Amino acid sequence: MTPPSLLEVHELSMRFGGLTAVDGLSFTARASEITAVIGPNGAGKTTVFNCITGFYRPTSGGIALSAPGDGTLALERMPGHLIARRARVARTFQNIRLFAGMTVLENLLVAQHNALMPSVVNGLLAVFGLAGHARAERAAIERACFWLDAVDLTARADDPAGALPYGAQRRLEIARAMCTCPVLLCLDEPAAGLNPRESDELSVLLRRIRDGAGGEPGCSILLIEHDMGVVMRISDHIVVLDHGRKISDGTPADVRADPAVIAAYLGEGDEDEVTESAA
Amino acid sequence: MSAVSAGAAALRDAFLSALVALGLFGAMIGLKTEVGPTSLVLVPRPWAVAIAVAVVFAGRLALLTWRAWRPAGTPSPRRLVTAGARAGRFVAPLLLVFAITLPAYAGRYWIDLGILVLTYVMLGWGLTIVVGLAGLLDLGYVAFYAVGAYSYALLAQNFGLGFWTCLPLAGLLAACWGLILGFPVLRLRGDYLAIVTLAFGEIIRIVLLNWVSLTNGPQGISGIPRPTLFGLTFTMDGGPGSVADFFGVEPDISQRVIFLYYVIFGLALLTNWVSLRLRRLPLGRAWEALREDEVACRALGINVTTTKLTAFAIGACFGGFAGAFFATRQAFISPESFTFMESATVLAIVVLGGLGSQLGVALAALVMIGGTELFREFAEYRMLIFGAALVVMMILRPRGLVSGRTPSVSLGSSRQISADLISQGRG
Repeated sequence: MTPPSLLEVHELSMRFGGLTAVDGLSFTARASEITAVIGPNGAGKTTVFNCITGFYRPTSGGIALSAPGDGTLALERMPGHLIARRARVARTFQNIRLFAGMTVLENLLVAQHNALMPSVVNGLLAVFGLAGHARAERAAIERACFWLDAVDLTARADDPAGALPYGAQRRLEIARAMCTCPVLLCLDEPAAGLNPRESDELSVLLRRIRDGAGGEPGCSILLIEHDMGVVMRISDHIVVLDHGRKISDGTPADVRADPAVIAAYLGEGDEDEVTESAA
Repeated sequence: MSAVSAGAAALRDAFLSALVALGLFGAMIGLKTEVGPTSLVLVPRPWAVAIAVAVVFAGRLALLTWRAWRPAGTPSPRRLVTAGARAGRFVAPLLLVFAITLPAYAGRYWIDLGILVLTYVMLGWGLTIVVGLAGLLDLGYVAFYAVGAYSYALLAQNFGLGFWTCLPLAGLLAACWGLILGFPVLRLRGDYLAIVTLAFGEIIRIVLLNWVSLTNGPQGISGIPRPTLFGLTFTMDGGPGSVADFFGVEPDISQRVIFLYYVIFGLALLTNWVSLRLRRLPLGRAWEALREDEVACRALGINVTTTKLTAFAIGACFGGFAGAFFATRQAFISPESFTFMESATVLAIVVLGGLGSQLGVALAALVMIGGTELFREFAEYRMLIFGAALVVMMILRPRGLVSGRTPSVSLGSSRQISADLISQGRG
């Protein structure tokens, strides 16, 4: 019944000098599920993300990804670009990081760099029209168009990414991450700064990414989010952090009923959620 | 009433400018030293000061008047960018035709100048790959130029190899040096990268200067063989195996000059073609993405190290080609030709032209190299004019002559991207 586990974080710790940002964290994200990591500001959520995606090297602990057909990969020992390339973990950033001076379409093609250019020699041969580059490029544009359509940006394909409105930039960043054909998509606060309508659209998009559609295989999602509406609506599984430690872990219903969570997090700011869950 | 008060304000402003000019020029222009019978004598020149101050006053007044009367609503940057692109469509073919036909009507002096300009165009296009596309600030580009030049000179002297054999070797060796430089500096960014590349350029020059047994030190290497046309030489005696003999014409020095001109023209076009092509390929797109955001590149699985190294190596390779050409054209090279000034000139061409713009680099090289050559008669004022022109350029067009970027791929109609969206790279 329960899907197989995809990502196993085991006793993960990350210290910056005297500050312990993540302290002995263990959790599991299962395949074809949306796993949310929530917690108050400074709980260590983004640090966990940076460890998983190779931007930080954890002080101790392990991160294992069960890649389909590739055994288990130890992400804590892989260099950053290989995590995206070989382990196929894609991510977005809390402060959007697009290639602002390149068009929307170019952003999506850069994301398919490794599919288009398997090696440097191959990339240089393409200068002389060799190495079957034209065909690969057509396939890449096709894939880009698929995701442009999915995030409703087809009309803006030739506009510079930096000129898009904020919500569209968020969607483009997700589309760009999906163009790398990931098995795990890590989203760092994708709903930040979106209006309620855009948040709803985002929820629909994320569910669609999880389930897969239009010939795309489903992709598991790891999500950091402050918007409790989005988290409760779409998550299959929630991990709650506070001060670098896990304080709760379970389904949305379990988590919102957990007194530790209410004390640490929901009880402080989000009155609506508590009353809603009590009702 | 407001017009009167605006006029008074403008007058006051102009008067203040004139006062500043008086303070500045009072000593600098007003006093001149002349050789007297026993010592230097100070000669006052009040009229020269008066003229300078009057020019400043009138100029400031004219500038303010023009600002006040200028039609409201300046053109938007978007319109400027597209206008620039439209002009570029005419300017580029015109320049090309001009460059092809130049030897037909120009004299020896102009063709020589053309060779010089084209060498810098090629160096500019080579450096554009590193600075303009990949956004890595390289202050030591001359090192690769030197490696190319010495590679050819030494290979020709020690192994008797010809120009066309050595050209690819020189490029290859320069590319190797690009990789060697690239490895240690890849961790550095921005200013730090600039300083290390600057040091690398100096190291190469100092090694060339001091490794006397190999490079003949400051005396340089002379008697470097000239290039041949499919084995035909350009000798002045017109003996067997020379171009003049083969075509049955009088041997003339201008034949060789014209040949050299077309060689560098071809090499420059090769550089242009390769970099234009690379821009539309995954490698070039990864360079530009690297310039825009290195962190995002890493998150997308792009190997930042290899990508930077390829930019360094390919840029260096073209520097090496240009160096080999320089050696064969001069027939003599010494470390003096590879000073930091050369790196600075090439970088200035790239920045003035507009980062990543091929046409802009060509125009900037024409203006900077051709321009300084034309101002030769002004002697010491040449650098002053040059510096002032740079300052004016940076005020009027801070992102270079041809700013803006053409997308490498588009679904519908391709539109120019205005320069303010494009990152300049932090190394």
